[in-house]
Amino acid sequence: MATLAAPRPASAPADTTRYPAGHEPVHNYLKEPKGIWSWLTTVDHKRIGIMYLISVATFFSLGGILALLVRLELFSVGPTIMGAEAYNRVFTMHGVVMVFAFIIPSVMATLGNFLLPLMIGAKDVAFPKLNLLSLYIYWGGMCFAIASIYTGGVDTGWTFYTPYSSSTSTAVLAMGLGVFTAGFSSILTGLNFIVTIHKMRAPGMTWNRLPLFLWSVYATSIVQILATPVIGITMLLLALERILHIGIFDPALGGDPVLFQHFFWFYSHPAVYIMILPAFGIISELMGTFSRQRVYGYRAVALSSVAIALLGFMVWGHHMFTSGQSPVSSVVFSMITFLIGIPSGIKVFNWVWTMYKGSVWLKTPMLYALSFLFLFTIGGVTGVMVGALAVDIHLHDTYFVVAHFHYVMMGGTVIAMLGGLYYWWPKMTGRLYNERLGQISAILVFFGFNMTFLIQFVMGSQGMPRRYYDYPDMPWLEPLHRISTIGSWILAAGLLCTLINGLWSLKRGKLAPGNPWGGATLEWTHATSPPDPHNFARTPLVTHGPYDYEVLFGAGGDGHSSGAPVPNVEVGGPQEAEKSIDDGTRQPT
Amino acid sequence: MYERTRFWEEGASFLLPPQGSTTAHEIDAVFWFITIASTILTILVTIAMVYFIVKYRRKSHADRPVLVHESKWLEVSWIVIPTLLVLVVFFWGFRAYVSTSIPPDDAYEISVKGQKWLWTFEYPNGFVSSGEVVVPVGQPIRFTMTSQDVLHSFFVPEFRIKNDVIPNRYSTVWFEAPREGIYQVVCTEYCGKDHSHMGAHIRVVSRSEFNDYLRNPPGANLPPAEIGAQVWETSGCRACHSIDGSTSTGPSWQGDWGAARPGSTQGTVNDEYIHQSILEPGAYITPGFQNVMPSFQGVLTDAQVNGVAAYIRVLNGAATAADTTMAEEAPETGAVPGAGPADPSQPAGLETGN
Repeated sequence: MATLAAPRPASAPADTTRYPAGHEPVHNYLKEPKGIWSWLTTVDHKRIGIMYLISVATFFSLGGILALLVRLELFSVGPTIMGAEAYNRVFTMHGVVMVFAFIIPSVMATLGNFLLPLMIGAKDVAFPKLNLLSLYIYWGGMCFAIASIYTGGVDTGWTFYTPYSSSTSTAVLAMGLGVFTAGFSSILTGLNFIVTIHKMRAPGMTWNRLPLFLWSVYATSIVQILATPVIGITMLLLALERILHIGIFDPALGGDPVLFQHFFWFYSHPAVYIMILPAFGIISELMGTFSRQRVYGYRAVALSSVAIALLGFMVWGHHMFTSGQSPVSSVVFSMITFLIGIPSGIKVFNWVWTMYKGSVWLKTPMLYALSFLFLFTIGGVTGVMVGALAVDIHLHDTYFVVAHFHYVMMGGTVIAMLGGLYYWWPKMTGRLYNERLGQISAILVFFGFNMTFLIQFVMGSQGMPRRYYDYPDMPWLEPLHRISTIGSWILAAGLLCTLINGLWSLKRGKLAPGNPWGGATLEWTHATSPPDPHNFARTPLVTHGPYDYEVLFGAGGDGHSSGAPVPNVEVGGPQEAEKSIDDGTRQPT
Repeated sequence: MYERTRFWEEGASFLLPPQGSTTAHEIDAVFWFITIASTILTILVTIAMVYFIVKYRRKSHADRPVLVHESKWLEVSWIVIPTLLVLVVFFWGFRAYVSTSIPPDDAYEISVKGQKWLWTFEYPNGFVSSGEVVVPVGQPIRFTMTSQDVLHSFFVPEFRIKNDVIPNRYSTVWFEAPREGIYQVVCTEYCGKDHSHMGAHIRVVSRSEFNDYLRNPPGANLPPAEIGAQVWETSGCRACHSIDGSTSTGPSWQGDWGAARPGSTQGTVNDEYIHQSILEPGAYITPGFQNVMPSFQGVLTDAQVNGVAAYIRVLNGAATAADTTMAEEAPETGAVPGAGPADPSQPAGLETGN
């Protein structure tokens, strides 16, 4: 076990075939049990998380290609690479795939599944078989979605507004069924996580010692359970409308098209908090570890997650200021929308202040975390702009809104998720990624993203509407569109670097020590990289908070040398504070 | 063709179009306040980040951070100050919203219909125009809008007005334009294939020009075939029907006249068939095409429908003398060929005394 006095050894030669001394896991969840059937029927939360990761990464790539096609079409006025009907399907599928297939499950199902039991000192989630069922249900929903894509996709916009969606001839039913089905995956995962956090924390892990990532996961789980049924019912009603022509939404039959919008946004607004809250949690972990300083204002950050989750149910009407809803309700929605910006602002200030008098380490995960702070701030303040009633009249349904939500969803969630993936990569795979390529990817993504989307604020406030195949009435916007399209290529290049880095690291990356970053949470201090299939042989005893670095460490480790502290995984031996793992790694006692 | 000429005048900037209405500046004021405050906030956050990164950068693994005591006052201040800022912005936005969304009592009302994929405008005297609406300068105008099919949204960036246009319901926007010119309307709620080609123009002219326009709308005194050509151009027909024989969403008008229509009540494309296709398109679908044509009942006048038939005959070389001769002079009561039926209870234009 590393102590303050331990001298840092000379850098070990790059030896990818051996773990650093003492760090080799005896049982590796990736390798045991063997065989594809054991993966497909696993109840190991780590394996389930990895399978989700492969799925969402695939859908992210599909959605990303669709985005590149959209931007390519908009490169010039007039038809560029496709006709209007094809374009309408492409932009719709970009939205549907990105929202329902990628971003809603993204952090929760991948990192949430992998990390939650490890971070609280448990062997698995509360209901492991239900966890596997969630995965199957997600895959089932995706099968319907793929069936819809195969038959030409949908052309309604991802928001499915009626009466267009109840009358168009595209594959709305299959896609609606896909969304309906996948929703159950979300609900059951949320349920599983709440019970796990309540009931399975290791002794000594009080609520005040819960890592902030888990506070976010907890808040998100509440939203998933309460909000998701609404989109399920909404899709069901849309299906009934299409099949039976009941007349709930179709005014020709006496229905109300705006009612659909209320139903849809009652879920879809909380949904955006499902998207961002886990990302907030990742940033807390990254800011803590890479400043080696506790996150400033732990209580404020933790409780603001819950506040956002609850307030998020009361603002859906801010998507509908021009829809014909009552002006009084618009005023109320606007007021609460402003209030919900405050907890998000609190978090950003606390994260920045975490670096004050800390020890800031600019590794790839930290570069992504810093990108997040900048990009999410822009996303957040532009949310205030569209939340202001008078201004939203001008900005609603223009590219300004498109830019705003890409700043928070991509500049926020995707960037945070990338940071988290780089951070926990050694833990999940037992490999180190290439740091230089990681830094290049962070820089390319940052610049490419801003180039693509910053100019879209200008397009929007100049009057460019959303979902436009072409812009014949505003040809002077063509140079702006070109800037945006070229930015999308740079962004794609940065993301490709990450993909290449991941694949390369799986084959050729150095085998990782247990705690290359000097994290202070249980997954770093008490589990090997990769962890044992059962996480821990004996339940850890927690005696310090998740960001108490000075209690734990001497050398922080640089991720590339064997000087990193060995995880506290003593085999047998006398019980001391926070010992008591025996997972069989060959540790000197 | 709308040419944007007012780039840098009248309140325009890199971020905003020119202010074409009397209320645009109120909206812009809130916009600028939030933009500037947000920019300052973002810059402050960025400066803090960069400063901390540079000053506290880890230089060796032996670096130990200094334990910082958490200050309640710091936390409180960055909760209270943003809350106050946000409340100011909310109230300002709310007041500007109230003051800009209530039309004055003396607003001149024009009724607007949105459909896939064009806008038509009906004046109080019954005259209907599509694709363009002419209004007088310095006069509050109220548009009462409804949709014929799916959701649309009526947006005039230079006036800073927008409202969704909903089937079976009415919604309203209003404006007063202090300067003559042409202002662009765009549809801003996704409505299908030609959503991005559903623009219209608002032509703001002097009062006397407006009164003349209403008394002698374009298309009056034109031969029916020319009326039909105008309808093809400006009423949305060209989105689906070509005039050169090429097949599109709908059959081409070239080669259409007299063509067989098996199963239809008329049997071939004749006058009655054309009338039915325009007013009741779902009644018979030409084999090989989809039932996607919207009805133009109440959108095109009788003269315009006759004009389309005449134009089709001209395209097919089957024109009669009546098709290409000007209509007779309008009688004194104001019923003008090519215009809708005049309603004598409505003023034909504006009193010049107003």
